[in-house]
Amino acid sequence: MKKRLMTSVLAGMLALSMALAGCTGSQETQAPPNAAEGGQTAQEPVTDAGSSGPKQLIYGRGADTKTLDPIRETDGETFRVTENIYETLVTYKETSTEIIPGLAESWTISDDGLTYTFKLRQGVKFHDGTDFNAEAVVFNFERWMDKNNPYHDEEGYPYYNDMFGGYKGDETHVIESVKAIDSHTLEFKLNRTLAPFLANLGMSPFAIASPKAIEAGTLAEHPVGTGPFKFESWNRNDSITLVKNTEYWDSGYPKLDKVVFKVIPENASRLTALVNGEIDLMDGLNPEDVPNVESNPDLQLYKRPPMNVGYLAFNTEKKPFDNPKVRQAIGHAINKQELIDAFYAGLGIPAVNPLPPSLWGHNDSVKDREFNLEKAKQLLTEAGYPDGFKAEFWTMPVPRPYMPDGKKIAEAIQQNLKEIGIETEIVTMEWATYLEKTRKGEYEMCLLGWNGDNGDPDNFLYTLLDKNTIDGNNIPRYASEEAHQLLLRAQTVTNLEERDNLYKQAQEVIFEDAPMIPLVHATPPLAGKANVLNYLPHPKGTETLRNVDLK
Amino acid sequence: MALLSYTVRRLLMLIPVLLGMSLIVFAIIHAIPGDPALTILGEKASPKALEELRQQLGLYNPWYVQYFDYLSDIVRGDLGHSLHTKAPIAEEILPYLAATAELTLVSMLFAVLIGVNAGIISAWKQNSWFDYMSMLIALIGVSMPVFWLGLMEQWVFAQELQWLPSVGRDNPRDPVVPITHLYIIDAMLAGRWDQLRDVLEHLILPGIALGTIPMAIIARITRSSMLEVMRSDYIRTARAKGLGQFFVVYKHALKNAFIPILTIIGVQTGLLIGGAILTETIFGWPGVGRYIYTAIGNRDYPVIQSGILVIATIFVLINLLVDLLYAYVDPRIRYR
Repeated sequence: MKKRLMTSVLAGMLALSMALAGCTGSQETQAPPNAAEGGQTAQEPVTDAGSSGPKQLIYGRGADTKTLDPIRETDGETFRVTENIYETLVTYKETSTEIIPGLAESWTISDDGLTYTFKLRQGVKFHDGTDFNAEAVVFNFERWMDKNNPYHDEEGYPYYNDMFGGYKGDETHVIESVKAIDSHTLEFKLNRTLAPFLANLGMSPFAIASPKAIEAGTLAEHPVGTGPFKFESWNRNDSITLVKNTEYWDSGYPKLDKVVFKVIPENASRLTALVNGEIDLMDGLNPEDVPNVESNPDLQLYKRPPMNVGYLAFNTEKKPFDNPKVRQAIGHAINKQELIDAFYAGLGIPAVNPLPPSLWGHNDSVKDREFNLEKAKQLLTEAGYPDGFKAEFWTMPVPRPYMPDGKKIAEAIQQNLKEIGIETEIVTMEWATYLEKTRKGEYEMCLLGWNGDNGDPDNFLYTLLDKNTIDGNNIPRYASEEAHQLLLRAQTVTNLEERDNLYKQAQEVIFEDAPMIPLVHATPPLAGKANVLNYLPHPKGTETLRNVDLK
Repeated sequence: MALLSYTVRRLLMLIPVLLGMSLIVFAIIHAIPGDPALTILGEKASPKALEELRQQLGLYNPWYVQYFDYLSDIVRGDLGHSLHTKAPIAEEILPYLAATAELTLVSMLFAVLIGVNAGIISAWKQNSWFDYMSMLIALIGVSMPVFWLGLMEQWVFAQELQWLPSVGRDNPRDPVVPITHLYIIDAMLAGRWDQLRDVLEHLILPGIALGTIPMAIIARITRSSMLEVMRSDYIRTARAKGLGQFFVVYKHALKNAFIPILTIIGVQTGLLIGGAILTETIFGWPGVGRYIYTAIGNRDYPVIQSGILVIATIFVLINLLVDLLYAYVDPRIRYR
């Protein structure tokens, strides 16, 4: 009896230690993880039949896609995947927001700017084998713009609503009609001119899906587009697998056979997985890990060109921030370069205007307020607050590319404000609540930011600071009539030079009024294995992997 | 027979517990400020659409009508639909539960095997170097922040030594085809022994990270419970009869010392089911904790509500199981 018990206890402990040691031991003799794929095919020809060493790329990212029906979504983690499955009528150059043909080969715009005629690419097929043609495009637009369409989702489509002025029948709706002239000619008639119309059409949510899949109502889980990759499977909160579309219209592309988007929430864990060869590319590198990536010969560092702004907003409806002098004073009290060096690992440029300088329309002649506490104090005195005041200073709870550590950045600014007599109390809350409350203007001072969508200045200046967008993205509740007129005019003229001019004027007005202090345009760092080729991060934050290859 | 009637009695007692729980969850969700219709449709929704949805959701009914509607849905196995994915939650939650169950099982296996044995030996060899060492380790284990332990494990075993994978449940280059969503079983069903090894390797680091605190707690409880029992008369008698030390400890003493140990094992298992968010985040583990956490970020109220209810139910069921095990281990309990 005694012996048997002894044996069983020992056996139990032994089994566990063997399980632990055995697994670790066997891994040592196994091929390194990044070569595992080759070894795998050799061992198990059954499952990977027919492919001798497929080119697989694992992309590590922080969060999962919401749905695979891009028109319903607004978040980058959705578009990161859908851009590989679907395509848009026009698209952007690889590293800029210049518009180039997509599913449309060419287009003409009438002189009054109200009629757009597109010639569509011939011989393109959806992944389900149906034809891509003008009818299919019309089908998609009807679904989006007509609330009575049987396939229109009752929740609506945030980006459609924002970019095209609501839906069919709304007073501000931009598109009067969209019709197929012949199988590959498409005509849009607009109710009013919309200068960024083409730029809007290139945005990821306006991707053309197979009408058959829309009818089936399964797009959210089984996307069907025309893109370089086809959907294969989705394990929620874990991975999405795409495979090469062998029928892709641009022959020779894509280069990869398989792409897996893997969710790894922790930035540090994601880097570990990259170093360990479990993934090949990663988004969301911590700025402080940049030196580690640079010094590792197996890795390469990428910097995403900036199309964002991190800013400090004032609630211009609340005292004392309704006084421009107070706002300007605070503008003089912030050392932007110091913030960039300390919290962005130097990866960013100080922001003067809300618009990033890489976009056309940026006003280079606006000179930023110097960091000068004396000047700041003087302005405060002029404003009637020689001894400063007390205020709440809200900051964001989550890291964003434009604001990697809201709490610490707020603390740094708090120190400077203290020196000019402004006592701030830092407040933070859960992210969804934060967004809601800042939109409703329940704050006094807050940190926030914006990632551009389509590379049009309208998407920064109108979206963030026009009086029509109060309660929306106009966080400072800035209601300048002068800026409003300029921004509206810039929306209606189609002449690029004139628009450029209007945006430059608007930036001067905004700079003087200082409803927000733009802090930084961040260049978010990414990392990849050294053998990844042709990966070019796009300023808009996500990009297709059609050109990417592995050495 | 007595065990059977005890089981039935305990099962009947579950009904009020589950009802109370559902009421609490219902109340919490309804205490959240904000209009659910507005949350679902977004701020740009027309008043008409909002009105229609409010009618459809039954928001104008008195709270008890709403509660009974909700209850009758649950009884029929309808946990509602996610606002985000529009998928039925009862289906959607299963893969997450499986992922969590697998991790919890491995963690508890680790915690119980090491914890109980360390506790027993510490009590047996009280004040020996083994006792001091293992209680020191247990103390460190209890106070170790899980995220720190997890990151350190990754740093040492994945980044520096490259012995083990750092994230996920399987090799993304050769993924397990989910059938039951318990990957150990799925890999075996597919006859893929290489994948089974892969899955086991992926379980080691998160399993240890998650199992360390329960292990330390179990070791400490086992030790103190054993020490108490070892001082009792019948142990002295057993020794006096000349029974071997090992037999006395593992057979006579352990059986009586086991009730508190079993309790703590049950409670800890329940905690791991819902409380593994940190581990799941660090190790990219698609478990139920992160499912609910993501839902909170998305304001996906039906998921939050049903997710909490499911976890709470599992917690209650585990406790029931523990209670039944008491009765099995200690026959005196069922005649209570």
